[in-house]
Amino acid sequence: MPSVKIKKHAPVNDMTPFVDVAFLILSFFMLATKFKPEEPVEVTTPNSVSSQVLPEKDAFMVSVDSKGRAFVSVDNPSFRQVLIQNLNDTRKLGLTTSEIKMFVNAPSIGVPFTQLKSLLAMDPEQAKKVAQPGIPCADSTGGELYYWIRDALSAYSGRKLNLLIKADNATKYPDFKNILNAFKKNDQNKFLLVTTPEDAPAGTSLYETRQKQIYGDK
Amino acid sequence: MANIDAGGDGGGKKGPGVKKAKKLSTTVDMTPMVDLGFLLITFFIFTTTMAQPTAMNLYMPKDVDKPEDQNKVKESGAFTIMLGKQDVVYYYEGLDPTQIKTATFKTIRDEIIRKRQNTNPEDLVVIIKPTIDATYKNTVDILDEMTINGIKRYAMVDISPQEYQLITITESAAGIK
Repeated sequence: MPSVKIKKHAPVNDMTPFVDVAFLILSFFMLATKFKPEEPVEVTTPNSVSSQVLPEKDAFMVSVDSKGRAFVSVDNPSFRQVLIQNLNDTRKLGLTTSEIKMFVNAPSIGVPFTQLKSLLAMDPEQAKKVAQPGIPCADSTGGELYYWIRDALSAYSGRKLNLLIKADNATKYPDFKNILNAFKKNDQNKFLLVTTPEDAPAGTSLYETRQKQIYGDK
Repeated sequence: MANIDAGGDGGGKKGPGVKKAKKLSTTVDMTPMVDLGFLLITFFIFTTTMAQPTAMNLYMPKDVDKPEDQNKVKESGAFTIMLGKQDVVYYYEGLDPTQIKTATFKTIRDEIIRKRQNTNPEDLVVIIKPTIDATYKNTVDILDEMTINGIKRYAMVDISPQEYQLITITESAAGIK
């Protein structure tokens, strides 16, 4: 009697859909990702209900860490170039061309003017390891931060410069006040504080306005 | 593994003497590719920053030299919030700092809402005075509270020595260090 022959197969599992999904996720992350910018200090920003998107262009950012050290960072390399040349002229820093180039490539700076030359003369890898003491700004005239802001404003004259302040949760108010003071000395009174988004608490007036915006008046 | 099986059983019998070509497997082993794929996924998940930071507007008043240039605040509409140590908030209504009361960041919202309901909207001004013991988080939180409760007029100013002294007394009485 002819018996029914069953073909013997290794148990094959078709993984094609699985691989498809995996690569779909991969491409999503590759396109959606934006690498964290390199920062000399870790700053955890507080939450706020503000929904305004942080401007990325034309930004002059002062970061303050929990110990009150101030760092300056500028997004635009050509603007950085003008800024450091201005500072070099007005503060007589005596930077060489290669040191200026180092500054243009540096993510952010937090040293007094006296140490700036030696920091920029260092090898980039070595410079990363240096503990930067922060830009002095603790006196009533705004300290050296005043000059940074003044020269940034003159380098950006005619266009609107977004003044960002990014401070840590644990930063003491007087340290923050010093930064504001340095801006105020330059007649700058409008700032953007960098925060992490959070939802408006339920039942409050802001919450109701936002619900109305989404669902319309009912 | 994922199969790409292009070859079939087609071809059929070729006559005797025709040597049957050895059938090569067309299945591609995709394991290394999948491994690499998942490695990359893990990498991107860890390095990515999803939450875009937002910006919060802060408008500071200009410094005025002459006291007569300053805006006057009506006593009925003034509400002063002072930020002290250990996330404790002090507030008083009107212009008399000796009436200070203690609150926390949770209870201050009710006080602001109550004040807003009981006051003529044109007169209401919230004055924020952080002390030297307050943190930046406290400052942002209280500014946020203005947005949350729809307070249109508020200002952040320096604390007066008299008010700071009152806070210090209250703090030492309450045992806040």
